[in-house]
Amino acid sequence: MMAYKKRHDNRAVDETRPIIAKAGVIKKADGSAYFSIGKTAAYAAVYGPREMHPKFMQDARRGVLRCNYNMMPFSGMGERVRPGPNRRSKEISMVTEKALLPVVDLDDYPYAVVDVFIELPQTDAGSRCAGICAAAIALADAGIRMKDMVAAVSVGQVEDLLVVDLDYEEEAHEEGDVADIPLAMIPSTGEITLLQMDGKITKENLLKAIALGKPVLQRIAEIQRKALKEKFDNHGDNNE
Amino acid sequence: MNEELKEHISECLKSGIRLDGRGLEDLRNIEIEANVIETAEGSCRIKCGMTEVIVGVKLSVGTPFGDTPDDGVLMVGAELLPLSNPDFESGPPSIESIEVARVIDRGIRESKVIDTKALCITKGEKVWMVMVDICPINTDGNLIDIGSLAAIIALKSATFPEMKDNIVDYKKKTKKPLPLKNFPVTATVVKIGSNFIVDPTEAEEKAMDSRLTVSVTADGKICAMQKGGNEPCTIGDIERMIDLATAKSEELRRHIGG
Repeated sequence: MMAYKKRHDNRAVDETRPIIAKAGVIKKADGSAYFSIGKTAAYAAVYGPREMHPKFMQDARRGVLRCNYNMMPFSGMGERVRPGPNRRSKEISMVTEKALLPVVDLDDYPYAVVDVFIELPQTDAGSRCAGICAAAIALADAGIRMKDMVAAVSVGQVEDLLVVDLDYEEEAHEEGDVADIPLAMIPSTGEITLLQMDGKITKENLLKAIALGKPVLQRIAEIQRKALKEKFDNHGDNNE
Repeated sequence: MNEELKEHISECLKSGIRLDGRGLEDLRNIEIEANVIETAEGSCRIKCGMTEVIVGVKLSVGTPFGDTPDDGVLMVGAELLPLSNPDFESGPPSIESIEVARVIDRGIRESKVIDTKALCITKGEKVWMVMVDICPINTDGNLIDIGSLAAIIALKSATFPEMKDNIVDYKKKTKKPLPLKNFPVTATVVKIGSNFIVDPTEAEEKAMDSRLTVSVTADGKICAMQKGGNEPCTIGDIERMIDLATAKSEELRRHIGG
């Protein structure tokens, strides 16, 4: 049996798949972004602050951030994904919200909501992280006051290797210990705002994997900021 | 919508002008890219003015309906994604999105563009199911015509995945295309006051009195229709709308190619 000593696509362990980030891609939205990493692609659109419905969810102290993660029916690697929310997408929506919430300041918008819609047209693992990256750019593009960017990527273990940005083939690796750890970070403080994990890993390797991801997240944040700058260099028009 | 804008659109049309500068019978510029989604068996991205839509086709193997044991299954879905427009809300499919899906579905189904008999694997047991999903990214009107055109191009770009021991291997695509012939094209005419326009923007749709969507087959026959809007149409109106829709369907048909 060949041990996994080299990544199947020849990437370095701390090398992500190619990233494309664009701001302002959806004209009808108040802010929007596209973020793709390899074959995983995410759109995010921000609407608001706007009146919160249903009313009982309004908060008199500050605005509410509401995220919605959705896979397009043809975006999965296998069969068609049934449209509409399911347990998985609801949980991802919730952790996405919590990943972004620490950086957004909605104190000036009591009773209002800022809606973030994330749509995945195509996925090859790492979709919640791509969604968070797109959403953070879109929030900034919408002019929502933010303390910092939020960058996200998965780290993990595939047999003998600690790696960043696992693709589906690595996630589905069947030999040895495999762990997938979606991670989001506030780049200026290094604080973690999303941490999930499934698989099997020792505490030592977990901490090593997170340390491996940290500089990568800094680089991703730089790509996100660049996307925003590019939009405004193009006079706010990034829709070709 | 506010009455002032509606009146403004209506007044402009009387002098032959639209808010975006087009003539009454002008389509917006269309850009099309096929095979943009690697996880789908066929796909298309279309931009028409500010409206942008992604259509994906998934193929799977399933059981045929009892009354058509040797026919494959076609399904067309559309969702007015809240990502694409501030007026669209999350939640169960709205009646508007159901109408878009059903009108597009009818145009494709009734044109018999897909030879469903050729999708039969084992009579009464296994058939190919063709599932077309229409996902707007940015919605600025005319989703029915734009979604229909993209659906046809996505179907045209689709190839079967490999099948081994009756299990589909989605990682391996064959070069075998879907059994298609006689592509339908759908065109909508909107009436505002006494004026008829094509390829309406969102604002024009909100200002419309009535609407007629017409699906036209390659040999010039009509295969599906839908009247929309709250105002009635005279038979004369309908004749005029069919003529204009048919003429525009020829223009749209050029994007499908051979």
